[in-house]
Amino acid sequence: MTTTNEVAKPQVLQVEEPLALISGAELPRYDLVYETYGELNADASNAILICHALSGDHHVAGVDENGKPGWWDGYIGPGKPVDTNRFFVVCSNNLGGCRGSSGPNTVNPVSGRIYGPDFPIVTCKDWVNSQNKLREHLGIDTWAALIGGSMGGMQVLQWAIDFPDKLRHALVIAAAPKLSAQNIAFNEVARQAIMSDPDFHKGRFIERDTTPKQGLALARMLGHLTYLSDDMMGSKFGRELREGKLQYNYGVEFQVESYLRYQGEKFATRQNFDANTYLLMTKALDYFDPAADYEHDLSKALAAATAKFLVVSFTSDWRFSPERSHEIVKALLDNDTDVSYAEVESQHGHDAFLLPNEHYEGVFRSYMQRVWKDIEALGGAA
Amino acid sequence: MNVISPEFKLISDWITPNSRVLDLGCGDGKLLKHLIDTHQVTGYGMEIDPQKNIQAIKKGINVIQSDLNRHDLCHYFDEDSFDFVIMTQALQVVSRPDELLDELLNVGKQCIITFPNFAHWRNRAQLMFLGKMPETDTLPYHWYDTPNIHMCTFKDFENLCEQKGIEVVARTVVNSDHRSSFGMSLLPNLLGEVALYKIQRKIADKSE
Repeated sequence: MTTTNEVAKPQVLQVEEPLALISGAELPRYDLVYETYGELNADASNAILICHALSGDHHVAGVDENGKPGWWDGYIGPGKPVDTNRFFVVCSNNLGGCRGSSGPNTVNPVSGRIYGPDFPIVTCKDWVNSQNKLREHLGIDTWAALIGGSMGGMQVLQWAIDFPDKLRHALVIAAAPKLSAQNIAFNEVARQAIMSDPDFHKGRFIERDTTPKQGLALARMLGHLTYLSDDMMGSKFGRELREGKLQYNYGVEFQVESYLRYQGEKFATRQNFDANTYLLMTKALDYFDPAADYEHDLSKALAAATAKFLVVSFTSDWRFSPERSHEIVKALLDNDTDVSYAEVESQHGHDAFLLPNEHYEGVFRSYMQRVWKDIEALGGAA
Repeated sequence: MNVISPEFKLISDWITPNSRVLDLGCGDGKLLKHLIDTHQVTGYGMEIDPQKNIQAIKKGINVIQSDLNRHDLCHYFDEDSFDFVIMTQALQVVSRPDELLDELLNVGKQCIITFPNFAHWRNRAQLMFLGKMPETDTLPYHWYDTPNIHMCTFKDFENLCEQKGIEVVARTVVNSDHRSSFGMSLLPNLLGEVALYKIQRKIADKSE
Protein backbone atom coordinates (compact mmCIF):
# COMPACT_ATOMS: atom_id res chain seq x y z
CA MET A 1 0.00 0.00 0.00
CA THR A 2 1.49 3.29 -1.04
CA THR A 3 0.89 6.37 1.01
CA THR A 4 0.02 9.67 -0.50
CA ASN A 5 0.95 13.16 0.41
CA GLU A 6 -1.39 14.56 -2.16
CA VAL A 7 -2.76 17.79 -0.72
CA ALA A 8 -6.51 17.93 -1.12
CA LYS A 9 -8.00 21.37 -1.62
CA PRO A 10 -11.56 21.92 -0.47
CA GLN A 11 -13.85 23.45 -3.06
CA VAL A 12 -17.27 25.01 -2.61
CA LEU A 13 -20.40 24.52 -4.66
CA GLN A 14 -22.71 27.48 -4.14
CA VAL A 15 -26.26 26.52 -4.94
CA GLU A 16 -28.24 29.71 -5.49
CA GLU A 17 -31.63 28.12 -5.57
CA PRO A 18 -33.85 27.01 -2.73
CA LEU A 19 -33.84 23.44 -1.45
CA ALA A 20 -37.21 22.16 -0.28
CA LEU A 21 -36.54 20.00 2.75
CA ILE A 22 -38.40 16.88 3.80
CA SER A 23 -39.46 18.64 7.02
CA GLY A 24 -41.39 21.19 4.93
CA ALA A 25 -38.84 23.91 5.63
CA GLU A 26 -36.78 25.44 2.87
CA LEU A 27 -33.16 26.50 2.56
CA PRO A 28 -33.05 29.66 0.40
CA ARG A 29 -29.54 28.80 -0.81
CA TYR A 30 -26.68 26.61 0.38
CA ASP A 31 -22.99 25.84 0.10
CA LEU A 32 -21.57 22.34 -0.22
CA VAL A 33 -17.89 22.03 0.51
CA TYR A 34 -16.18 19.06 -1.10
CA GLU A 35 -12.85 17.55 -2.03
CA THR A 36 -11.93 15.46 -5.05
CA TYR A 37 -9.08 13.04 -5.66
CA GLY A 38 -7.91 11.52 -8.91
CA GLU A 39 -9.02 12.54 -12.39
CA LEU A 40 -12.47 12.41 -13.93
CA ASN A 41 -12.18 10.47 -17.20
CA ALA A 42 -13.44 11.74 -20.55
CA ASP A 43 -16.88 10.15 -20.33
CA ALA A 44 -17.20 10.82 -16.58
CA SER A 45 -17.75 7.14 -15.87
CA ASN A 46 -15.18 6.73 -13.08
CA ALA A 47 -16.70 8.97 -10.41
CA ILE A 48 -17.22 7.73 -6.88
CA LEU A 49 -19.04 9.53 -4.10
CA ILE A 50 -18.01 8.86 -0.52
CA CYS A 51 -20.61 9.59 2.17
CA HIS A 52 -19.34 10.45 5.63
CA ALA A 53 -20.47 9.37 9.08
CA LEU A 54 -21.82 11.41 11.99
CA SER A 55 -18.71 13.40 12.84
CA GLY A 56 -16.99 13.06 9.47
CA ASP A 57 -16.41 15.66 6.81
CA HIS A 58 -15.31 16.15 3.19
CA HIS A 59 -11.64 15.52 3.97
CA VAL A 60 -11.70 11.77 3.34
CA ALA A 61 -8.30 11.14 1.75
CA GLY A 62 -4.90 12.65 1.07
CA VAL A 63 -3.68 15.32 3.49
CA ASP A 64 -5.11 18.75 4.14
CA GLU A 65 -3.02 21.93 4.16
CA ASN A 66 -1.94 21.17 7.74
CA GLY A 67 -0.79 17.69 6.74
CA LYS A 68 -3.72 15.97 8.42
CA PRO A 69 -4.69 12.73 6.64
CA GLY A 70 -8.29 12.18 5.54
CA TRP A 71 -10.57 10.11 7.77
CA TRP A 72 -10.62 7.15 5.34
CA ASP A 73 -7.12 7.63 3.99
CA GLY A 74 -6.26 4.01 4.77
CA TYR A 75 -8.67 2.83 2.09
CA ILE A 76 -8.72 5.67 -0.42
CA GLY A 77 -5.69 6.83 -2.40
CA PRO A 78 -3.22 5.68 -5.05
CA GLY A 79 -2.96 1.87 -4.99
CA LYS A 80 -5.48 1.59 -2.15
CA PRO A 81 -8.79 -0.31 -2.41
CA VAL A 82 -10.48 2.83 -3.76
CA ASP A 83 -7.60 3.54 -6.11
CA THR A 84 -7.41 7.22 -7.01
CA ASN A 85 -5.16 6.32 -9.95
CA ARG A 86 -8.31 4.84 -11.45
CA PHE A 87 -11.26 6.52 -9.82
CA PHE A 88 -12.32 10.13 -9.46
CA VAL A 89 -13.32 10.30 -5.81
CA VAL A 90 -15.64 12.97 -4.42
CA CYS A 91 -16.59 13.60 -0.81
CA SER A 92 -18.76 16.45 0.43
CA ASN A 93 -19.51 17.74 3.90
CA ASN A 94 -23.17 17.02 4.61
CA LEU A 95 -25.63 19.86 4.75
CA GLY A 96 -26.01 20.82 8.40
CA GLY A 97 -22.37 19.90 9.02
CA CYS A 98 -19.85 22.23 10.53
CA ARG A 99 -16.86 22.02 8.22
CA GLY A 100 -17.84 24.51 5.55
CA SER A 101 -21.14 23.35 4.08
CA SER A 102 -24.20 25.34 5.07
CA GLY A 103 -25.03 24.43 8.63
CA PRO A 104 -25.75 25.80 12.09
CA ASN A 105 -22.35 27.54 12.31
CA THR A 106 -22.85 29.48 9.05
CA VAL A 107 -24.72 32.69 8.37
CA ASN A 108 -28.43 32.64 7.57
CA PRO A 109 -28.65 34.71 4.36
CA VAL A 110 -32.13 35.91 5.30
CA SER A 111 -31.43 37.22 8.79
CA GLY A 112 -27.71 37.86 8.49
CA ARG A 113 -27.26 36.04 11.83
CA ILE A 114 -25.47 32.79 12.53
CA TYR A 115 -28.07 30.03 11.95
CA GLY A 116 -27.42 28.25 15.25
CA PRO A 117 -30.59 26.45 16.32
CA ASP A 118 -32.53 27.98 13.40
CA PHE A 119 -30.82 25.80 10.85
CA PRO A 120 -33.62 23.50 9.73
CA ILE A 121 -33.29 19.83 10.57
CA VAL A 122 -32.22 18.01 7.45
CA THR A 123 -32.67 14.31 6.76
CA CYS A 124 -30.83 11.68 4.80
CA LYS A 125 -33.09 12.34 1.81
CA ASP A 126 -32.15 16.03 1.92
CA TRP A 127 -28.48 15.11 1.91
CA VAL A 128 -29.01 12.94 -1.13
CA ASN A 129 -30.94 15.71 -2.89
CA SER A 130 -28.18 18.23 -2.20
CA GLN A 131 -25.45 15.80 -3.27
CA ASN A 132 -27.37 15.23 -6.47
CA LYS A 133 -26.81 18.92 -7.24
CA LEU A 134 -23.09 18.32 -6.77
CA ARG A 135 -23.30 15.39 -9.18
CA GLU A 136 -24.88 17.63 -11.81
CA HIS A 137 -22.35 20.37 -11.14
CA LEU A 138 -19.44 17.98 -11.68
CA GLY A 139 -20.92 16.77 -14.97
CA ILE A 140 -21.37 13.22 -13.77
CA ASP A 141 -24.36 11.37 -15.18
CA THR A 142 -23.97 8.21 -13.11
CA TRP A 143 -21.71 7.47 -10.15
CA ALA A 144 -19.60 4.37 -10.75
CA ALA A 145 -20.12 3.68 -7.06
CA LEU A 146 -21.37 5.22 -3.86
CA ILE A 147 -19.52 4.22 -0.73
CA GLY A 148 -20.33 4.93 2.89
CA GLY A 149 -19.84 3.58 6.38
CA SER A 150 -22.28 3.91 9.28
CA MET A 151 -24.44 6.99 8.62
CA GLY A 152 -22.68 7.22 5.26
CA GLY A 153 -23.89 3.70 4.44
CA MET A 154 -27.43 4.85 5.16
CA GLN A 155 -26.99 7.69 2.68
CA VAL A 156 -25.82 5.17 0.09
CA LEU A 157 -29.03 3.16 0.66
CA GLN A 158 -31.08 6.34 0.30
CA TRP A 159 -29.29 7.20 -2.94
CA ALA A 160 -29.97 3.73 -4.33
CA ILE A 161 -33.67 4.14 -3.51
CA ASP A 162 -34.16 7.78 -4.54
CA PHE A 163 -31.93 7.94 -7.62
CA PRO A 164 -31.66 4.33 -8.78
CA ASP A 165 -30.33 5.20 -12.23
CA LYS A 166 -27.62 7.51 -10.90
CA LEU A 167 -25.33 4.85 -9.42
CA ARG A 168 -24.02 1.51 -10.65
CA HIS A 169 -22.65 0.15 -7.38
CA ALA A 170 -23.57 0.72 -3.74
CA LEU A 171 -21.17 -0.15 -0.92
CA VAL A 172 -23.04 -0.13 2.38
CA ILE A 173 -20.63 -0.64 5.26
CA ALA A 174 -21.39 -1.03 9.00
CA ALA A 175 -24.84 0.42 8.49
CA ALA A 176 -28.45 -0.36 9.40
CA PRO A 177 -31.76 0.10 7.58
CA LYS A 178 -32.99 2.23 10.51
CA LEU A 179 -32.06 2.95 14.10
CA SER A 180 -33.23 0.70 16.91
CA ALA A 181 -34.87 2.06 20.06
CA GLN A 182 -31.51 1.59 21.80
CA ASN A 183 -29.70 3.59 19.10
CA ILE A 184 -32.23 6.42 19.43
CA ALA A 185 -31.93 6.28 23.21
CA PHE A 186 -28.15 6.76 23.04
CA ASN A 187 -28.66 9.71 20.69
CA GLU A 188 -31.19 11.25 23.05
CA VAL A 189 -28.81 11.03 26.02
CA ALA A 190 -26.14 12.69 23.87
CA ARG A 191 -28.52 15.50 22.92
CA GLN A 192 -29.57 16.01 26.53
CA ALA A 193 -25.93 16.24 27.54
CA ILE A 194 -25.43 19.06 25.03
CA MET A 195 -28.67 20.91 25.65
CA SER A 196 -28.32 20.86 29.43
CA ASP A 197 -24.87 22.47 29.31
CA PRO A 198 -25.25 26.06 30.66
CA ASP A 199 -23.06 27.24 27.77
CA PHE A 200 -25.53 25.87 25.20
CA HIS A 201 -27.65 29.06 25.38
CA LYS A 202 -30.50 27.45 23.48
CA GLY A 203 -28.14 26.89 20.59
CA ARG A 204 -26.98 30.51 20.32
CA PHE A 205 -23.56 29.84 21.84
CA ILE A 206 -21.51 31.11 18.87
CA GLU A 207 -22.99 34.58 19.18
CA ARG A 208 -22.07 34.51 22.87
CA ASP A 209 -18.58 33.49 21.94
CA THR A 210 -18.68 30.22 23.84
CA THR A 211 -19.38 26.53 23.20
CA PRO A 212 -21.09 23.87 25.33
CA LYS A 213 -17.79 22.02 25.72
CA GLN A 214 -18.81 19.88 28.67
CA GLY A 215 -22.05 18.74 27.09
CA LEU A 216 -20.48 18.07 23.71
CA ALA A 217 -17.59 16.18 25.28
CA LEU A 218 -20.07 14.05 27.24
CA ALA A 219 -22.06 13.36 24.08
CA ARG A 220 -18.89 12.32 22.30
CA MET A 221 -17.79 10.09 25.20
CA LEU A 222 -21.12 8.32 25.04
CA GLY A 223 -21.00 8.06 21.26
CA HIS A 224 -17.43 6.86 21.28
CA LEU A 225 -18.35 4.17 23.79
CA THR A 226 -20.89 2.76 21.34
CA TYR A 227 -18.22 2.60 18.63
CA LEU A 228 -15.99 0.30 20.68
CA SER A 229 -16.52 -3.28 21.75
CA ASP A 230 -16.30 -4.71 25.25
CA ASP A 231 -13.53 -7.06 24.07
CA MET A 232 -11.50 -4.28 22.52
CA MET A 233 -11.80 -2.07 25.61
CA GLY A 234 -10.91 -5.08 27.74
CA SER A 235 -7.76 -5.81 25.77
CA LYS A 236 -6.76 -2.15 25.39
CA PHE A 237 -7.48 -0.90 28.91
CA GLY A 238 -8.69 -3.73 31.11
CA ARG A 239 -8.91 -2.39 34.65
CA GLU A 240 -5.55 -0.69 34.38
CA LEU A 241 -5.08 2.24 36.75
CA ARG A 242 -3.30 5.49 35.94
CA GLU A 243 -1.62 5.81 39.32
CA GLY A 244 -1.09 2.12 39.91
CA LYS A 245 -3.37 2.01 42.93
CA LEU A 246 -6.90 3.02 43.87
CA GLN A 247 -7.23 6.63 45.06
CA TYR A 248 -10.72 6.38 46.57
CA ASN A 249 -11.87 9.64 45.02
CA TYR A 250 -13.83 10.74 41.94
CA GLY A 251 -10.87 11.72 39.83
CA VAL A 252 -9.70 9.87 36.76
CA GLU A 253 -8.50 6.53 38.09
CA PHE A 254 -8.94 3.91 35.40
CA GLN A 255 -7.15 4.24 32.08
CA VAL A 256 -10.43 3.79 30.23
CA GLU A 257 -11.82 6.88 31.99
CA SER A 258 -8.80 8.88 30.96
CA TYR A 259 -9.13 7.69 27.36
CA LEU A 260 -12.81 8.57 27.11
CA ARG A 261 -12.31 12.00 28.67
CA TYR A 262 -9.50 12.63 26.23
CA GLN A 263 -11.71 11.66 23.27
CA GLY A 264 -14.54 13.91 24.48
CA GLU A 265 -12.26 16.83 25.21
CA LYS A 266 -10.48 16.55 21.86
CA PHE A 267 -13.76 16.52 19.97
CA ALA A 268 -15.25 19.50 21.82
CA THR A 269 -12.21 21.74 21.92
CA ARG A 270 -9.36 21.01 19.50
CA GLN A 271 -11.64 19.69 16.76
CA ASN A 272 -14.21 22.31 17.75
CA PHE A 273 -17.14 20.27 16.45
CA ASP A 274 -20.35 22.31 16.40
CA ALA A 275 -22.81 21.22 19.07
CA ASN A 276 -25.82 22.13 16.93
CA THR A 277 -24.46 19.99 14.11
CA TYR A 278 -24.14 17.09 16.55
CA LEU A 279 -27.78 17.53 17.54
CA LEU A 280 -28.85 17.73 13.91
CA MET A 281 -26.85 14.70 12.75
CA THR A 282 -28.22 12.51 15.55
CA LYS A 283 -31.74 13.62 14.64
CA ALA A 284 -31.18 12.82 10.97
CA LEU A 285 -30.00 9.38 12.06
CA ASP A 286 -33.07 8.86 14.24
CA TYR A 287 -35.37 9.82 11.38
CA PHE A 288 -33.67 7.58 8.81
CA ASP A 289 -36.14 4.86 7.87
CA PRO A 290 -36.45 4.46 4.08
CA ALA A 291 -38.91 1.60 4.48
CA ALA A 292 -41.40 3.96 6.17
CA ASP A 293 -42.36 5.38 2.76
CA TYR A 294 -43.01 1.84 1.50
CA GLU A 295 -45.45 0.38 4.03
CA HIS A 296 -42.52 -0.26 6.37
CA ASP A 297 -41.29 -2.95 4.00
CA LEU A 298 -37.58 -2.60 3.26
CA SER A 299 -37.86 -5.03 0.35
CA LYS A 300 -40.43 -2.77 -1.27
CA ALA A 301 -38.24 0.26 -0.56
CA LEU A 302 -35.33 -1.37 -2.36
CA ALA A 303 -37.43 -2.79 -5.20
CA ALA A 304 -36.55 0.11 -7.48
CA ALA A 305 -32.82 -0.05 -6.72
CA THR A 306 -30.84 -1.15 -9.76
CA ALA A 307 -27.34 -0.77 -8.33
CA LYS A 308 -25.23 -3.79 -7.47
CA PHE A 309 -24.50 -3.98 -3.76
CA LEU A 310 -21.70 -4.86 -1.42
CA VAL A 311 -22.80 -5.00 2.21
CA VAL A 312 -20.17 -5.33 4.95
CA SER A 313 -20.60 -5.74 8.70
CA PHE A 314 -18.20 -6.37 11.59
CA THR A 315 -18.67 -9.12 14.15
CA SER A 316 -18.10 -7.01 17.28
CA ASP A 317 -20.12 -4.00 16.08
CA TRP A 318 -23.02 -3.73 18.50
CA ARG A 319 -24.09 -0.26 17.41
CA PHE A 320 -25.05 -1.55 13.93
CA SER A 321 -24.62 -5.28 14.37
CA PRO A 322 -24.28 -7.86 11.58
CA GLU A 323 -27.96 -8.69 12.10
CA ARG A 324 -28.83 -5.16 10.93
CA SER A 325 -26.83 -5.76 7.76
CA HIS A 326 -28.63 -9.11 7.31
CA GLU A 327 -31.87 -7.11 7.12
CA ILE A 328 -30.44 -5.09 4.24
CA VAL A 329 -29.10 -8.21 2.50
CA LYS A 330 -32.42 -10.00 2.93
CA ALA A 331 -34.34 -7.09 1.38
CA LEU A 332 -31.93 -7.06 -1.57
CA LEU A 333 -32.21 -10.83 -2.00
CA ASP A 334 -35.99 -10.51 -1.99
CA ASN A 335 -35.60 -8.35 -5.08
CA ASP A 336 -33.06 -10.67 -6.75
CA THR A 337 -30.63 -7.74 -6.62
CA ASP A 338 -26.95 -8.41 -7.22
CA VAL A 339 -25.46 -8.37 -3.73
CA SER A 340 -22.39 -9.66 -1.98
CA TYR A 341 -22.10 -9.68 1.78
CA ALA A 342 -19.08 -9.96 4.03
CA GLU A 343 -19.14 -10.35 7.80
CA VAL A 344 -15.69 -9.31 8.90
CA GLU A 345 -14.17 -10.76 12.06
CA SER A 346 -12.95 -7.82 14.12
CA GLN A 347 -12.74 -6.88 17.78
CA HIS A 348 -12.86 -3.16 17.07
CA GLY A 349 -16.63 -2.69 17.22
CA HIS A 350 -18.29 -0.09 15.00
CA ASP A 351 -14.97 1.71 14.49
CA ALA A 352 -13.68 -1.33 12.59
CA PHE A 353 -14.90 0.12 9.30
CA LEU A 354 -12.17 2.76 9.51
CA LEU A 355 -9.35 0.46 10.66
CA PRO A 356 -6.94 -1.86 8.86
CA ASN A 357 -8.20 -5.45 8.53
CA GLU A 358 -6.96 -7.99 6.02
CA HIS A 359 -10.33 -9.56 5.24
CA TYR A 360 -12.12 -6.20 5.01
CA GLU A 361 -9.42 -4.77 2.77
CA GLY A 362 -9.47 -7.86 0.56
CA VAL A 363 -13.23 -7.66 0.11
CA PHE A 364 -13.17 -3.91 -0.43
CA ARG A 365 -10.32 -4.14 -2.96
CA SER A 366 -11.79 -7.01 -4.95
CA TYR A 367 -15.18 -5.38 -5.07
CA MET A 368 -13.64 -2.13 -6.34
CA GLN A 369 -11.88 -4.15 -9.05
CA ARG A 370 -15.33 -5.23 -10.13
CA VAL A 371 -16.48 -1.60 -10.17
CA TRP A 372 -13.44 -0.86 -12.34
CA LYS A 373 -14.24 -3.74 -14.72
CA ASP A 374 -17.70 -2.28 -15.23
CA ILE A 375 -16.12 1.05 -16.13
CA GLU A 376 -13.82 -0.73 -18.57
CA ALA A 377 -16.82 -2.48 -20.09
CA LEU A 378 -18.37 0.94 -20.67
CA GLY A 379 -15.20 1.88 -22.53
CA GLY A 380 -14.18 4.47 -19.98
CA ALA A 381 -10.93 3.00 -18.75
CA ALA A 382 -8.75 4.44 -21.50
CA MET B 1 -7.14 -20.68 -15.38
CA ASN B 2 -10.69 -21.70 -16.22
CA VAL B 3 -10.02 -25.41 -16.10
CA ILE B 4 -13.15 -27.01 -14.78
CA SER B 5 -12.92 -30.15 -12.72
CA PRO B 6 -14.69 -33.23 -14.06
CA GLU B 7 -17.04 -33.00 -11.07
CA PHE B 8 -18.06 -29.47 -12.06
CA LYS B 9 -18.43 -30.61 -15.67
CA LEU B 10 -20.83 -33.34 -14.58
CA ILE B 11 -22.82 -30.85 -12.51
CA SER B 12 -22.98 -28.38 -15.41
CA ASP B 13 -24.57 -31.08 -17.57
CA TRP B 14 -27.47 -31.20 -15.14
CA ILE B 15 -28.10 -27.44 -15.11
CA THR B 16 -30.73 -25.94 -17.40
CA PRO B 17 -29.58 -22.76 -19.18
CA ASN B 18 -30.88 -19.43 -17.83
CA SER B 19 -31.86 -21.00 -14.54
CA ARG B 20 -31.55 -19.47 -11.08
CA VAL B 21 -28.87 -21.11 -9.00
CA LEU B 22 -27.71 -21.05 -5.38
CA ASP B 23 -24.28 -22.57 -4.75
CA LEU B 24 -23.82 -23.44 -1.08
CA GLY B 25 -20.23 -23.58 0.03
CA CYS B 26 -19.31 -21.98 -3.29
CA GLY B 27 -15.62 -21.68 -2.38
CA ASP B 28 -13.84 -19.28 -4.73
CA GLY B 29 -16.88 -19.19 -7.00
CA LYS B 30 -15.34 -21.20 -9.82
CA LEU B 31 -18.38 -23.39 -10.46
CA LEU B 32 -20.85 -20.51 -10.34
CA LYS B 33 -18.64 -18.42 -12.65
CA HIS B 34 -18.50 -21.36 -15.05
CA LEU B 35 -22.28 -21.74 -14.97
CA ILE B 36 -22.77 -18.01 -15.54
CA ASP B 37 -20.39 -18.08 -18.51
CA THR B 38 -21.65 -21.28 -20.10
CA HIS B 39 -25.29 -21.57 -18.99
CA GLN B 40 -26.19 -17.88 -18.43
CA VAL B 41 -27.44 -18.72 -14.95
CA THR B 42 -28.08 -16.05 -12.31
CA GLY B 43 -27.94 -16.38 -8.57
CA TYR B 44 -25.75 -16.40 -5.51
CA GLY B 45 -22.98 -18.27 -3.81
CA MET B 46 -22.71 -18.76 -0.08
CA GLU B 47 -19.39 -19.31 1.62
CA ILE B 48 -18.09 -19.00 5.16
CA ASP B 49 -14.34 -18.73 4.45
CA PRO B 50 -13.12 -15.09 4.22
CA GLN B 51 -10.30 -15.77 1.75
CA LYS B 52 -12.58 -17.73 -0.59
CA ASN B 53 -15.14 -14.93 -0.34
CA ILE B 54 -12.55 -12.46 -1.55
CA GLN B 55 -11.68 -14.74 -4.47
CA ALA B 56 -15.36 -15.11 -5.37
CA ILE B 57 -15.96 -11.35 -5.25
CA LYS B 58 -12.91 -10.93 -7.50
CA LYS B 59 -14.60 -13.23 -10.04
CA GLY B 60 -17.67 -11.01 -10.01
CA ILE B 61 -19.80 -13.57 -8.18
CA ASN B 62 -22.57 -12.51 -5.81
CA VAL B 63 -21.36 -14.18 -2.65
CA ILE B 64 -23.06 -14.02 0.73
CA GLN B 65 -20.76 -14.84 3.62
CA SER B 66 -22.74 -17.22 5.72
CA ASP B 67 -22.50 -20.12 8.11
CA LEU B 68 -24.71 -22.97 6.89
CA ASN B 69 -24.90 -24.27 10.45
CA ARG B 70 -26.71 -21.14 11.53
CA HIS B 71 -29.63 -21.95 9.24
CA ASP B 72 -29.51 -18.70 7.33
CA LEU B 73 -31.04 -20.20 4.21
CA CYS B 74 -34.72 -19.94 5.04
CA HIS B 75 -34.09 -16.59 6.67
CA TYR B 76 -32.65 -15.23 3.44
CA PHE B 77 -34.71 -17.01 0.78
CA ASP B 78 -38.36 -17.78 0.16
CA GLU B 79 -39.67 -21.16 -0.94
CA ASP B 80 -38.69 -22.19 -4.48
CA SER B 81 -36.43 -19.15 -4.95
CA PHE B 82 -34.03 -21.20 -7.06
CA ASP B 83 -34.26 -23.72 -9.86
CA PHE B 84 -31.16 -25.43 -8.50
CA VAL B 85 -29.40 -25.43 -5.18
CA ILE B 86 -25.93 -26.91 -5.54
CA MET B 87 -23.86 -28.21 -2.67
CA THR B 88 -20.56 -29.83 -3.56
CA GLN B 89 -18.62 -31.75 -0.93
CA ALA B 90 -20.25 -29.90 1.94
CA LEU B 91 -23.13 -32.05 3.18
CA GLN B 92 -20.80 -34.04 5.40
CA VAL B 93 -19.31 -30.97 7.11
CA VAL B 94 -22.50 -29.35 8.41
CA SER B 95 -23.85 -30.01 11.89
CA ARG B 96 -27.23 -31.43 10.77
CA PRO B 97 -27.22 -32.63 7.16
CA ASP B 98 -30.79 -33.92 7.53
CA GLU B 99 -32.13 -30.51 8.53
CA LEU B 100 -30.07 -28.73 5.89
CA LEU B 101 -31.54 -31.02 3.22
CA ASP B 102 -35.00 -29.81 4.20
CA GLU B 103 -33.84 -26.21 3.84
CA LEU B 104 -32.22 -26.87 0.48
CA LEU B 105 -35.38 -28.41 -0.89
CA ASN B 106 -37.41 -25.60 0.54
CA VAL B 107 -35.57 -22.78 -1.22
CA GLY B 108 -34.71 -24.81 -4.33
CA LYS B 109 -36.90 -26.77 -6.72
CA GLN B 110 -34.09 -29.26 -7.29
CA CYS B 111 -30.81 -29.85 -5.51
CA ILE B 112 -27.54 -31.17 -6.79
CA ILE B 113 -25.43 -32.66 -4.04
CA THR B 114 -22.04 -34.30 -4.13
CA PHE B 115 -20.27 -36.07 -1.26
CA PRO B 116 -17.60 -38.70 -0.67
CA ASN B 117 -18.72 -42.28 -0.16
CA PHE B 118 -17.52 -43.67 3.16
CA ALA B 119 -18.32 -47.22 2.03
CA HIS B 120 -15.80 -47.12 -0.82
CA TRP B 121 -13.70 -50.31 -0.74
CA ARG B 122 -10.49 -48.44 0.15
CA ASN B 123 -12.10 -46.96 3.21
CA ARG B 124 -13.56 -50.30 4.16
CA ALA B 125 -10.16 -51.95 3.69
CA GLN B 126 -8.30 -49.44 5.86
CA LEU B 127 -10.80 -49.86 8.63
CA MET B 128 -10.94 -53.63 8.32
CA PHE B 129 -7.28 -54.54 7.80
CA LEU B 130 -5.44 -51.65 9.42
CA GLY B 131 -8.04 -50.89 12.07
CA LYS B 132 -7.64 -47.18 11.21
CA MET B 133 -9.95 -44.40 10.13
CA PRO B 134 -9.51 -44.12 6.36
CA GLU B 135 -7.18 -41.54 4.85
CA THR B 136 -7.43 -41.35 1.07
CA ASP B 137 -7.18 -38.83 -1.78
CA THR B 138 -10.87 -38.11 -1.39
CA LEU B 139 -10.61 -38.02 2.42
CA PRO B 140 -7.18 -36.49 3.02
CA TYR B 141 -7.62 -35.81 6.76
CA HIS B 142 -6.85 -37.39 10.09
CA TRP B 143 -9.74 -38.44 12.27
CA TYR B 144 -9.04 -35.58 14.68
CA ASP B 145 -8.80 -32.69 12.22
CA THR B 146 -11.30 -33.69 9.57
CA PRO B 147 -14.08 -31.21 8.77
CA ASN B 148 -16.09 -34.23 7.60
CA ILE B 149 -18.07 -34.80 10.77
CA HIS B 150 -21.03 -36.56 9.17
CA MET B 151 -19.61 -39.11 6.76
CA CYS B 152 -22.17 -41.34 5.11
CA THR B 153 -22.42 -43.93 2.39
CA PHE B 154 -24.51 -43.80 -0.76
CA LYS B 155 -26.84 -46.25 0.88
CA ASP B 156 -27.18 -44.09 3.99
CA PHE B 157 -27.96 -41.05 1.89
CA GLU B 158 -30.55 -42.83 -0.18
CA ASN B 159 -32.16 -44.24 2.95
CA LEU B 160 -32.41 -40.73 4.35
CA CYS B 161 -33.99 -39.50 1.12
CA GLU B 162 -36.46 -42.38 1.24
CA GLN B 163 -37.33 -41.59 4.83
CA LYS B 164 -37.81 -37.88 4.07
CA GLY B 165 -39.85 -38.42 0.93
CA ILE B 166 -37.09 -37.00 -1.26
CA GLU B 167 -36.96 -38.23 -4.83
CA VAL B 168 -33.60 -39.06 -6.38
CA VAL B 169 -33.95 -37.71 -9.91
CA ALA B 170 -30.49 -38.71 -11.08
CA ARG B 171 -27.30 -40.20 -9.68
CA THR B 172 -23.78 -40.44 -11.01
CA VAL B 173 -21.06 -42.32 -9.20
CA VAL B 174 -17.42 -41.64 -10.00
CA ASN B 175 -13.94 -42.32 -8.67
CA SER B 176 -11.67 -39.65 -7.23
CA ASP B 177 -10.72 -38.61 -10.78
CA HIS B 178 -14.44 -38.27 -11.45
CA ARG B 179 -14.47 -41.03 -14.02
CA SER B 180 -17.19 -43.59 -14.09
CA SER B 181 -16.74 -47.28 -14.82
CA PHE B 182 -18.88 -50.31 -15.52
CA GLY B 183 -17.98 -51.72 -12.10
CA MET B 184 -19.23 -48.61 -10.35
CA SER B 185 -22.61 -48.90 -11.98
CA LEU B 186 -22.84 -52.50 -10.74
CA LEU B 187 -21.53 -51.95 -7.21
CA PRO B 188 -21.70 -48.19 -6.62
CA ASN B 189 -21.55 -48.32 -2.84
CA LEU B 190 -18.39 -50.46 -2.94
CA LEU B 191 -16.57 -48.98 -5.93
CA GLY B 192 -17.77 -45.37 -6.16
CA GLU B 193 -15.78 -42.70 -4.36
CA VAL B 194 -17.85 -39.61 -5.03
CA ALA B 195 -21.54 -39.40 -5.80
CA LEU B 196 -23.50 -36.69 -7.55
CA TYR B 197 -27.19 -36.68 -6.74
CA LYS B 198 -29.97 -34.63 -8.24
CA ILE B 199 -32.90 -34.67 -5.83
CA GLN B 200 -36.28 -33.02 -5.42
CA ARG B 201 -39.29 -33.13 -3.19
CA LYS B 202 -41.70 -35.84 -4.29
CA ILE B 203 -44.61 -34.40 -6.25
CA ALA B 204 -47.12 -35.75 -3.73
CA ASP B 205 -45.15 -34.03 -0.99
CA LYS B 206 -45.30 -30.73 -2.88
CA SER B 207 -49.08 -30.71 -3.20
CA GLU B 208 -49.64 -31.03 0.54
